[in-house]
Amino acid sequence: MTDDVVLRAEHISVTYEGERPTHAVRDVGFELRRGELLGIAGESGCGKSTLAYAVARMLGPPARLIGGRVLYRDRTGAETDLLALEGDALRAFRWSRLSVVFQSAMNALNPVTTVGRQFDDIFRAHRPRMRRPERYERARALLDMVGIDPARVRAYPHELSGGMRQRVVIAMALALEPEIVIMDEPTTALDVVVQREILDEVQRLRDDLGFSVVFITHDLSLLLEISDRLAVMYAGSIVEYGPAERIAADPAHPYTQGLLRSFPDLAGERRALRGIPGSPPDLRDALPGCPFAARCDHAFEPCGTETPTLVPLAPGLAPGTSAACHLHAVAGLLPEGRQP
Amino acid sequence: MTAPTVPTTPRATGRGWLRPALRSRRFAAGLALLAVFVLTAALGPWLVGDPNAFTTDLGQAPSGAHWLGTTQTGQDVLAQLVVSARGTLLIGAASALIATVVSVVVGIGGGFLGGLADEALSLISNVFLVIPGLPLVIVVSAYVKGGGAWSTILVIALTSWAASARVLRAQTLSLRSRDYVLAARVYGEKRWRIVLVEILPNELAIIVSQFIFAVIFAILTQAGLAFLGLADPSHLTWGTMLYFAQNAEALTSGAWWWFIPPGLCIAALGTALSLISFGLDEVLDPRLRVRKVSA
Amino acid sequence: MTALDVQDLTVDFAQRGRVPFRAVDRVSFSLHAGRTLALVGESGSGKSTVVRALSRLVAPTAGEVRLGGARRTRGKEYRRAVQMVFQDPFASLNPAHTVGHHLIRPLLVGGRARRGADAEEKARELLRSVNLTPADDMAHKRPHELSGGQRQRVAIARALAPGPEVLLADEPVSMLDVSIRLEILGLLDRLKDERGLALLYVTHDLATARHFASEVMVMYRGEIVERGPSDEVILAPRHPYTQTLAAAAPSSAAGRERARAARAERLAARAGRDAERREAVVGDGCRFRPRCPYAMDVCTRRPPETEVGPGHRSLCWLRTDTNDSVVGFSA
Repeated sequence: MTDDVVLRAEHISVTYEGERPTHAVRDVGFELRRGELLGIAGESGCGKSTLAYAVARMLGPPARLIGGRVLYRDRTGAETDLLALEGDALRAFRWSRLSVVFQSAMNALNPVTTVGRQFDDIFRAHRPRMRRPERYERARALLDMVGIDPARVRAYPHELSGGMRQRVVIAMALALEPEIVIMDEPTTALDVVVQREILDEVQRLRDDLGFSVVFITHDLSLLLEISDRLAVMYAGSIVEYGPAERIAADPAHPYTQGLLRSFPDLAGERRALRGIPGSPPDLRDALPGCPFAARCDHAFEPCGTETPTLVPLAPGLAPGTSAACHLHAVAGLLPEGRQP
Repeated sequence: MTAPTVPTTPRATGRGWLRPALRSRRFAAGLALLAVFVLTAALGPWLVGDPNAFTTDLGQAPSGAHWLGTTQTGQDVLAQLVVSARGTLLIGAASALIATVVSVVVGIGGGFLGGLADEALSLISNVFLVIPGLPLVIVVSAYVKGGGAWSTILVIALTSWAASARVLRAQTLSLRSRDYVLAARVYGEKRWRIVLVEILPNELAIIVSQFIFAVIFAILTQAGLAFLGLADPSHLTWGTMLYFAQNAEALTSGAWWWFIPPGLCIAALGTALSLISFGLDEVLDPRLRVRKVSA
Repeated sequence: MTALDVQDLTVDFAQRGRVPFRAVDRVSFSLHAGRTLALVGESGSGKSTVVRALSRLVAPTAGEVRLGGARRTRGKEYRRAVQMVFQDPFASLNPAHTVGHHLIRPLLVGGRARRGADAEEKARELLRSVNLTPADDMAHKRPHELSGGQRQRVAIARALAPGPEVLLADEPVSMLDVSIRLEILGLLDRLKDERGLALLYVTHDLATARHFASEVMVMYRGEIVERGPSDEVILAPRHPYTQTLAAAAPSSAAGRERARAARAERLAARAGRDAERREAVVGDGCRFRPRCPYAMDVCTRRPPETEVGPGHRSLCWLRTDTNDSVVGFSA
């Protein structure tokens, strides 16, 4: 584990139990570097949220973590195995080292108490030595930090607009200055303009405070713009992983190419637009071969039988990028439509 | 493969619901128990003797001649129990059926029509809801006493439909604004068809479960009424059996064979119906199944 | 050919004990056969209410909605001619019925088919026209057996069943997965061409609006604030609100450095204003005034709709006076 890595997940597998178990996450690993914004992109049901919750140890039945390891490395270099944490140690770790921002702010806020009291609860639980005036001042400072009038500490959640609530939730997630913040579609429920304001805010805070972000969304075009590195998930696996700039310019996996094509560019030339035909496979079935093969324009002989693994691409071709695609395993066999 | 047809009868759950239902142990157990009672009620009266025939064996404990003993006046308890099954089930099913029909009409009708009709129907159901049930039943049955089983059925039905009507109204209000109902309005579907074909099938699960609980309620209420002497005593039910047993001081004299069997039967029938209802919930709501597997 | 003409459409919603809430305020436009008009706005802008008023699910308070030509606008004829596709494909199909039922009922109600084999064959034709094949299998499936994209195709087929001339699509792809969206929009586009439909595409997504519509209207709090040819409105927006919307849309082609610069600009522009004001409610005058970077005194009065280019109009005080070149609008 190199020095700048703060979180490292290895071989994570999660299954939703039921009559026919759903293998939602299949042997996935990633690294989060200090201060980095790692994007996880994918469509509904690809396992991106499940993966994040597994890392944050927030899975509940019927979801079950069936394998893997998550290592956290603090500033001194000491490593902790998150999956071994239990009880108080786990609770202390969550929120003060790692916090989560959910999609629906209304569900994350308690509707019957004021915003200020909810900050108070966090401090009382995690910083028992803090005095009352101190807690109050800190809550006001946090609200101010996310662009909300500090006087709003006395407001109830329903008195705030959707965008302001999401800001409050972000402020709460940052209350204990965590090193890692996981954001699960934090702006999906919001309008474009408000979404943009919040994204700007998140990036500014990240620049100021230096925490790392795992940002999960289905909106690949958004991630290409805001994230440093990017993991594209499909059918429970990461199919492409690398610097966002690199992926934006030259996506290696046919699925990433298809997803990119699916976002018409606002100012781009008008052209015939097409998405990706077909739909994702049923994750309850065994998937022989590449899960994307059925929808892939470039599928060839091994795709139906052998599951491709995530391997680094030739350095000259795409430095730092990995892809799980047979096209790249066979030298010289690159899809023609590489340049979007 | 046959060509698509217009479903004229509502099918909420499709054809294949019974088989998974039977896999639910609760449902299967409840259904088996209910089948025993229904068969007894249907065929039993021909297999046992006249329940009202007096013999010379007065107040005897169970024996080879009288499997469940005799009453103080020498009637065979088993014969009474079997014949009572028919009366009890009849009253339970009939009152539940009437109550369910009324609640469906009032609840779904009000919920769908909205406006004044809804206000009026809601008012009526609220009035019936706040009237304390048992005293009303007692008063009404005291008035109509002598009408036989039907008066009991009507009294029970009258006092038990309101709560279901409210639930159905709320559900209809929610279904009424679903996009698929709006879509039917956009293409100009007639209102009665929207209610019967687009809305009603989606409430079938609730209606069935309410019907089952209405049967349980009716059986218990009837037993209570009969026990208090407010039902027609010539119509044999488990309730009237308990009434006669109580009058003959069977409890104090230790004639357990007289009051325990009807009491047990009421409890067992209630259990059977509850099991069926819980089992159906499991089948119709897949989330309950998932929880069961992971637990 | 004008398929639907909307004049001064106004919809008020009654509020208990308060003045009615005006969701749609004097909106006028027409839909033309074989053309797509996009109605763009954020949630709460009133764009869905426009669709609901046009599909007769809510009654307009004022204004006129007329079918093209001299035809009757009441009752059955209107129902047949104007159909809609709903936003949520998981809510718009009845879980109790088969796909076939969803198509056969509108066919029969609209008098497009005779009961029995004829209706069944026409239902299969509809399924084929939205690429749901094999049509026989599909007709027997129930909604829960279908994916989101397949459901939306069924919903589109249902809307086509009465043989409409106008199709209202209320955010038809916003609930679908990204990779499926373009397929569905492409399908709508193809059907529009094949059947000469007048399509109203309601969306919050400027990019697809530009690509799929020839004209765009931007709605803000019940009013159309800008309208015109789609490239004009989206690439060279004149109304400050449209400018804000266009600036907020992610643009992967712009490059990260430009995105970063744009972000710094936005943050700087916002720093001066306080967060509260942006959420405030307005009475008379321009409704965008509290959020507008160019707000002036005159904005307390209702702005006029001004021609800012060929067929391009904006509801704003800026540039109403030729001398008033306060702001450079070059996009």
